[in-house]
Amino acid sequence: MIPRLELRNICKRYPGVVANDDVSLSILPGEIHAVLGENGAGKSTLMKIIYGAVQADSGEILCDGNPIHSHNPAVSRALGIEMVYQHFALFESVSVVENIALSVTTPFNLAALSRKVLELSQRYGMPIDPARLVHNLSVGERQRVEILRCLLQNPKLLILDEPTSVLTPQAVLRLFDTLRQLAAEGCSILYISHKLDEVQTLCDTATVFRNGRVTGTARPKQTTATELARMMVGSKLPEMHVSPPVPAEKPMLEIRGLSAAATDIYGVDLADISFDVFGGEIVGIAGVSGNGQAELVSLLSGERLHPQSNAIRIGGIASGHLDADGRRRAGIAFVPEERLGRGAVPAHSLIENGLLTGHRLGSVRHGMVDRKRAADFSRDIVEKFKVKTNGVRAKAQSLSGGNLQKFIVGREIALQPKLLLVSQPTWGVDVGAAAFIRQTLVDLSRAGAAVLIVSEELDELFEICDRLLVICNGRLSKSLIRTQTDREEVGLLMTGLDGSVVANGGDSLALHD
Amino acid sequence: MDLFIAIFTGTIVAATPLVLAALGELVVEKSGVLNLGIEGMMLTGAALAFGVALAGLPLPLAIVAGVAGGAASSMLFGVLALTFLTNQYAAGLALAIFGSGLSAMIGNGFGNTPIAALGTLHIPVLSDIPLVGPLIFRFDILVYFSLFMVVFIGWFLYRTKAGLVLRTIGESPQSAHAIGYPVVRIRYLAVLFGGAMAGLAGAYLSVVYTPLWVENMTAGRGWIALALVVFSTWRPYRVLLGAWLFGGMTILQLQGQVLGIALPSELLSALPYLATIVVLVIISRNRQMLALNFPASLAKPFRPAG
Amino acid sequence: MRFTIEQRPEPSAVMRVVAPVAAIALTLVVGAGLFAALGHNPVAMLDAFFIAPLNSLNGLSELLLKASPLILIACGLAVGFRANVWNIGAEGQLIMGAIAATGVGLFYPNPDSVLLLPLMFLAGMAAGMAWAAIPAFLRARMNTSEILVTLMLTYVATLFLSWLVHGPWRDPAGFNYPQTAMLPPYALFAPFDDAYRVNHSVFITAVAVVVMWIFTDRSFLGYKMAVAGAAPLAARYAGFRESAAIWIGLLAGGAAAGVAGMAEAAGPLGQLSPNVSPGYGFAAIIVAFVGRLNAFGIVLAGLLMSLLFLGGETVQVSLGLPSALTRVFQGVLLFFLLAADFFIFYRIRRVGGQN
Repeated sequence: MIPRLELRNICKRYPGVVANDDVSLSILPGEIHAVLGENGAGKSTLMKIIYGAVQADSGEILCDGNPIHSHNPAVSRALGIEMVYQHFALFESVSVVENIALSVTTPFNLAALSRKVLELSQRYGMPIDPARLVHNLSVGERQRVEILRCLLQNPKLLILDEPTSVLTPQAVLRLFDTLRQLAAEGCSILYISHKLDEVQTLCDTATVFRNGRVTGTARPKQTTATELARMMVGSKLPEMHVSPPVPAEKPMLEIRGLSAAATDIYGVDLADISFDVFGGEIVGIAGVSGNGQAELVSLLSGERLHPQSNAIRIGGIASGHLDADGRRRAGIAFVPEERLGRGAVPAHSLIENGLLTGHRLGSVRHGMVDRKRAADFSRDIVEKFKVKTNGVRAKAQSLSGGNLQKFIVGREIALQPKLLLVSQPTWGVDVGAAAFIRQTLVDLSRAGAAVLIVSEELDELFEICDRLLVICNGRLSKSLIRTQTDREEVGLLMTGLDGSVVANGGDSLALHD
Repeated sequence: MDLFIAIFTGTIVAATPLVLAALGELVVEKSGVLNLGIEGMMLTGAALAFGVALAGLPLPLAIVAGVAGGAASSMLFGVLALTFLTNQYAAGLALAIFGSGLSAMIGNGFGNTPIAALGTLHIPVLSDIPLVGPLIFRFDILVYFSLFMVVFIGWFLYRTKAGLVLRTIGESPQSAHAIGYPVVRIRYLAVLFGGAMAGLAGAYLSVVYTPLWVENMTAGRGWIALALVVFSTWRPYRVLLGAWLFGGMTILQLQGQVLGIALPSELLSALPYLATIVVLVIISRNRQMLALNFPASLAKPFRPAG
Repeated sequence: MRFTIEQRPEPSAVMRVVAPVAAIALTLVVGAGLFAALGHNPVAMLDAFFIAPLNSLNGLSELLLKASPLILIACGLAVGFRANVWNIGAEGQLIMGAIAATGVGLFYPNPDSVLLLPLMFLAGMAAGMAWAAIPAFLRARMNTSEILVTLMLTYVATLFLSWLVHGPWRDPAGFNYPQTAMLPPYALFAPFDDAYRVNHSVFITAVAVVVMWIFTDRSFLGYKMAVAGAAPLAARYAGFRESAAIWIGLLAGGAAAGVAGMAEAAGPLGQLSPNVSPGYGFAAIIVAFVGRLNAFGIVLAGLLMSLLFLGGETVQVSLGLPSALTRVFQGVLLFFLLAADFFIFYRIRRVGGQN
């Protein structure tokens, strides 16, 4: 059989990194093929090359045996290659059907297209209202729009980039059914993931990636998880040491009846949120992104103020009215989700970025910056946290995601916080750095600090948190003890605290409407 | 009654260059690009159009020259902002300064010679209807064109695929690029259109509104057009509304001077500028309303990856 | 074989120096072409434009005289630009400064007081700041674009000045010219030498340059402003107040422009007239950018821009060319500089292979 798609010796370099090094793979019609690898292994780059959104430096791509020359997304679509991005390429300000209209070549007729979308969504069990504006959709619904958009093209090859990272466990099963149905109809599926269990459940073949190179090909259903993990990670990772928590007597952070309207028109309102975080423990907030995490985090960090200063108490002191500087003085440190542009100034050096929050540690005197001290401060972080960089004069934007994250975590820990707030601690960070950062957070909490983590990675939360809270549609669940709960329970809470949604419509992807 | 007709028609005519320039900028901004250089493009268009008319060539040709001048000068900005990824504020300012210098240089030889202005239409029967005739059917053709453009741009942006593509590029060029649209090329076209409309607005000033060359004759209208786009919250019909408001302000202020209102003329002349500020303040306070149609990528440089 | 543009991992230090030099060179080439197109000998014209003004002591005096307000205003504006605060109405703030200073100079009860000049200085600075405080307030409190407000206020200031010199402040003994009476001697900056116009106000500019350098390069407040400009979300994350950056950015520009206006009235003009500024407020924006928003660069850019003004005057007087040439050159220079900056951050690389 002629492969649907064949890659031969693909190479792609970025300044300072080799994203893909001599990559070859082939996919047969109707095959579900996994590309398995850790974050930063080069999978996403490869997918963009296949789709034509990024050009390879060298190598060949063949579709149904014919080489593709001068590749771009339009060529892909003409060939029947469609892609569902990890971070969706949907436009917030326009409707579902308009979004879909942008990527179909049929004459511009929204009414006719709406009918087609409805028809298709019923056939594959993914209900959606074509007239709704995308910014009103949940993440799961958005993914449905993306997939429907691809299906309208009758694709011969569908690429999905980490499709489950935004879904609840229940929604994942539902997605797999759709994908199997598609494959049975002859569509090839390229499934990119770093989750072993999913690949073993779903995929026929797996190509495993490490540091931009293919390290092996396997039949995941016949291969042990250990074997796959070895190909993926290479050397053995350090084991996490999570000793039992020793919570302090009094809470470090007390949230009582916190409600707030969204400031962004695409945001989520927070409703009556209450919880505590004690020194000596790690509390995790789970949830599908876009359920109020961004709003909650900016209210906790002081980037946004709250008129009721009693709603947020830090170390027993009403703090809602304090800005980010005031909160830090009260003992908070904060690692935001966006590293470039929020946690660090991209065009500034590490010295200057150290100063961003580290200025309170003696490097500013009489209103003047003591440049030697500032440099020493940043150099300490780079050494202690093993940040790979060309020195402290390097710009923040020149660091890899993982190294910049280590720098930011290091800087915030250097503030010796009584409460550390961390949002998506290991997003896009390579395995080694992720393990290091998680261990650092555990150590900090066991040394007595309160640690609050907001993350979409359930694995991560289950690995290091002592207690879990689930946020959905701006509301927070009751507190769950990690050792007394499981993914099933957390997953249900992520879908809206309400089992009826799943039972009634068979519509487990609908997170909230 | 004559006074009412004078104020009404005067308002419409004074609003026309603002409508043209602001509509052009609205399309540019909808694509996510901020061109602050309208004043410079208008002046370039005004000078070229006037020069062609002064040379005795037909007025339609003069207007075409104005359009071409505006479009050509917009490309100076386009290359900087879209290819060289320059700070769009700085590139726009450079164009504003350059255009004012260039137009003054072109206009250096124009002297004080006036030209015959583009006349108003006279439609048989319709133009002669009492009251209605002078109020509706006795404008120059560009007034009708500007009204047509309001409707056309509204239709284009919200009823066609090309308009949808333009709006989505303004929201997220990354996503538009990801699904295969030539973001940079489309933005170039938008900037070119904005330049052509600004050039037309300038030509309107120099060969219709005040057919006499005066250095910097736009007198800040390019900047007011920019303010109108904010005022309109990026909706074409509201551009018209805002332009009439400012046209009316200009005419009232002129009429006030004619009627001998006991205020110095300079202070009356300051009214449209002060009104611009007041209106901007009122609109800007409502962040939610601004955010609704705001092109989210406005003034952020974009370079396709890979 | 084809070419791609890629971001440099680190901005190129070499290009940082080469880019402005190349931009100036290209501007000269375009200028020569322009002169040739106008039917003049380009070499002779470039000589008249750029070399002749520097051939005499008087030329140097004029160079400093014009560079001083440009550098002063650009220093003030750059403080704001660094924080993404776009004050483009320095022209209006300059005019208000000149008006206030002239008002004090003309109407202070004791014209022979040595306090007169310092009082005028303070009045000019305060008026420039007050005029800039309006857009600062509107941006900080009402979210109103400071670009448009500062610009609109420039038109208002120009009209206000026009009204004053045509009306209440017109010199009754001035043959109906729209200008005020001459300022008394104690209200004027003393020239270094009576033969030349350059005066002691250049010391103000010198101090401003040093203050600006310390502020932007050494002070914590300057650092905070830089963060606010480069990454507003990072500034909020760190707890640096946005409104503080807006106020400081606009007031610095307003103060500098107001003082520059005062120094024009109390210097070469000696009175108030509608042409108190030949566009210094706008040209200073270019100076700030060409000087890369840093003190040393602004000094060089200010001298260069001053030379453009002088050259424009020279060719106007000697060859009857329009003075608007100056603005054309300014625009072209800024175009080239902005384009050349691209190569500091990006490079062009050849890639082999198919695709």
